[in-house]
Amino acid sequence: MTAPVTHRTADEIGRTTQGPRPLPPLGEQRAAADPLTLDTVLPNGLRVLAVHRPAVPMVELRLRIPFAGEEATHSARAELLSTTVLTGTRRRGRVQVDTDLARVGGELDAVVDPERLSIGGSALVEGMDVLFDVLADVLTGATYPDDEVRRERERLVERIAVARSQPRVIAREALQRHRYGDHPFTREMPGAEEVARVTAEEVRELHARAVLPRGSVLVLVGDIDPQRAVDSVAAALHGWTADRSAVELPPLPEVPGGDLLLVHRPGAVQSQIRLSAPYVPRTDPAYPALQLANLVFGGYFSSRLVENIREDKGYTYSAQSYPEFTPGGATVLVDADTASEATAPAVLETRYEIARMTVVPPTESEVDSARRYAVGGLLTSTASQAGLASMLAALAGLGLGPEWLREHPGRLQRVTVDEVAEAALRFFTPDRWTGVLVGDADRLARPLGALGGVRLP
Amino acid sequence: MAAPQLHRFTLPNGLRVLLAPDRSAPVIAVSVHYDVGFRSEPEGRTGFAHLFEHLMFQGSESLEKLAHFRHVQGSGGSFNGSTHPDYTDYFQVLPSAALERALFLEADRMRAPRITEENLRNQVDVVKEEIRLNVLNRPYGGFPWILLPPVLYRTFANAHNGYGDFTDLEQATVEDCAAFFDTYYAPGNAVLTVAGDLDVAATTELVHRHFGDVPAREVPTRPSFAEPPPVGERRAEHVDPHAPLPALAVGYRLPDPVTELDAYLTHVVLAAVLSDGDSSRLQQRLVHRDALVTEVSAGCGLFSPLDARDPDTFTVTAIFPPAVAPDRVLTALDEELERLAGDGPDADELARVTARWVAGLHREHDRLVSRTLAFGAMELLHGRAELIGELPRRIAAVTAADVAAAAKAMRPDSRAVLTVVPQGGTE
Repeated sequence: MTAPVTHRTADEIGRTTQGPRPLPPLGEQRAAADPLTLDTVLPNGLRVLAVHRPAVPMVELRLRIPFAGEEATHSARAELLSTTVLTGTRRRGRVQVDTDLARVGGELDAVVDPERLSIGGSALVEGMDVLFDVLADVLTGATYPDDEVRRERERLVERIAVARSQPRVIAREALQRHRYGDHPFTREMPGAEEVARVTAEEVRELHARAVLPRGSVLVLVGDIDPQRAVDSVAAALHGWTADRSAVELPPLPEVPGGDLLLVHRPGAVQSQIRLSAPYVPRTDPAYPALQLANLVFGGYFSSRLVENIREDKGYTYSAQSYPEFTPGGATVLVDADTASEATAPAVLETRYEIARMTVVPPTESEVDSARRYAVGGLLTSTASQAGLASMLAALAGLGLGPEWLREHPGRLQRVTVDEVAEAALRFFTPDRWTGVLVGDADRLARPLGALGGVRLP
Repeated sequence: MAAPQLHRFTLPNGLRVLLAPDRSAPVIAVSVHYDVGFRSEPEGRTGFAHLFEHLMFQGSESLEKLAHFRHVQGSGGSFNGSTHPDYTDYFQVLPSAALERALFLEADRMRAPRITEENLRNQVDVVKEEIRLNVLNRPYGGFPWILLPPVLYRTFANAHNGYGDFTDLEQATVEDCAAFFDTYYAPGNAVLTVAGDLDVAATTELVHRHFGDVPAREVPTRPSFAEPPPVGERRAEHVDPHAPLPALAVGYRLPDPVTELDAYLTHVVLAAVLSDGDSSRLQQRLVHRDALVTEVSAGCGLFSPLDARDPDTFTVTAIFPPAVAPDRVLTALDEELERLAGDGPDADELARVTARWVAGLHREHDRLVSRTLAFGAMELLHGRAELIGELPRRIAAVTAADVAAAAKAMRPDSRAVLTVVPQGGTE
């Protein structure tokens, strides 16, 4: 590299005559305003949460419909439903749906997973009634035109091929099978051949049977008058009715601890480490303490795991440990991607950090840092309309309301260091953990075999 | 969008400061944009600007390694940095009680970062893992931002891989870092932006207190990266060992975003008319009517619009089944451009694009961190953060004739076409 004519050395750059300076203290924290919120259930059984948050002249919309199915064909039909639900109604064709939304700066999007169908979107607040009208049109009048279903089915097969070539998708599917076998919860993406067999009539039948208001939740956040927004959406959706409730996924079996499974991906230059253990839901009395224990372990950048395998050893770009809330329970997941040659060492260090949580419990300073991060993170992540809407929708899906959000900082403040140590001891015991490793087994089998606790292909 | 009142001043050491108060939530964001990106890295040191960004998190005179992360997160905040063609940004968003702490952290590394051999070697390893994750071990890695520039551009600055080759990264030295910092990270080469729950007078005082004694250094003359547009159509192929389906990226040159802003914004509108939503031209034609492609997208900038100086790139990308010949996609694209060149978009198409753009800006800027970064980038690249507030009006002023003329100028005889040959799909 051609250096400029003169520059200081790194040593000179890193020093001043004054020397190191003290870190300024934190100031007084102002509390967030408690926004005007309406939490109500419409006559059709749909729960509606509407929040006045006027920062920008927009309205954010999140609709979550429980959408579970036990049949083997459910996932393919549900996936095709979500990609075609916006492609035609009794009043609008596919292009008209998009045109009407675009005129009010609006968007709507539908995605499905083993638990629910989620329709989300936004619009300029002056176009709120158009957004509601399109939503109602889709919910009560989606027609699934034959030619649209045929075309989206072709595209879906192609998109599934692209998705399944992603290492993170390969690893996720392997982990789900390893944790839950063939449980419907594992069917996150249907097989291409299953999709190819789905007919438009089957999708229409599924819509009529499963796109139901009772048990579903609609969240509206924005520059809205909550009462007027609720009245308006209630009027728009008055034709969306059913006696039955939307179908929830049954509770999952607890994930048993055990050996890690090595999954062969020929020619991979990097491996996916995916570990998991049982966790507790947000409503559990142990949740706040466990949340802090998990942050200390690997839940944020300043955690033991990241400081070890990234900042000390350079084995990975990112490592993280995070909860996944499942029907009736929760698990914790640990993700890290590492070069083939660093995989076995990274597994060793990750196991070491898991075990260390139990015998070297989080210190007071570790707990305080995690606590401030957890409280601050709630504040910053819900400071935008979209962030608040998504958070409220996720909570509502677990049966929780805005009061949980309001009260959680207090719960975190009350957690003691001893309670965090107790949670770490209970949940980070090594034999509670299991997981998968995806990578080039030709390079990984020997070192992982030597390490032990890994089932080789 | 009604932009908040902006306050700006310049410290005696040359640091430009922008304050954007908004008391609606008790949250603040602090960012520093340095006027150097990966276009400025020298030959033999590809990826150096990004590697150096990592090193700026590794400690400074008052902060041990790991302390920066711990102080931001331990104050309830989050942080990141990113390297772009023409600038590098660093930012954090925190509860407003941590405002002074965030200023202290940014000032300390602007004044005296601690660059050591051990941290350099550690971060070379981390960056290599980042490149494996985002490029080498996945399908369509670096498509099109790494793969298209070497086809469209001829000079090293514009054509090279900003993530870097492993051999170049491994050869980086502490000495290189010292030279890079002293050359490009002078306070006079940076913009500090503070937005959110702040008092202007008190924050001004804090900025002076923490940044005032960062010594002034000479600011390098910014080179021009201009090069002539391509003559003819340049083509290249890239074999992707993981991709299951073929893809192509078409690159065109854009008007200078700084000196020809309205012409540039015309292309922003053109991109939306082409590919934004089911009612757009390419979605209707390529995805649905002709059923040629799985996905198609058009846009300004390799990352996002208004993110770079001249030269900048207009891209069209598509993923399609193996049975479709790439030239059929290109022919259909050219026909749609020709149709737009002849008739222009209709009034309703333009109104829809404007409405979606206004809404998109509102949503983006409702996230404090996005708004802060947009202000900082506009101030750095254009000298006027106020442009953010003016964009909806200027987008709305784009006419059908403007879009038609822009479409007409997107000729096959001055563009780059990159084809991705898939060799994956057996996994």
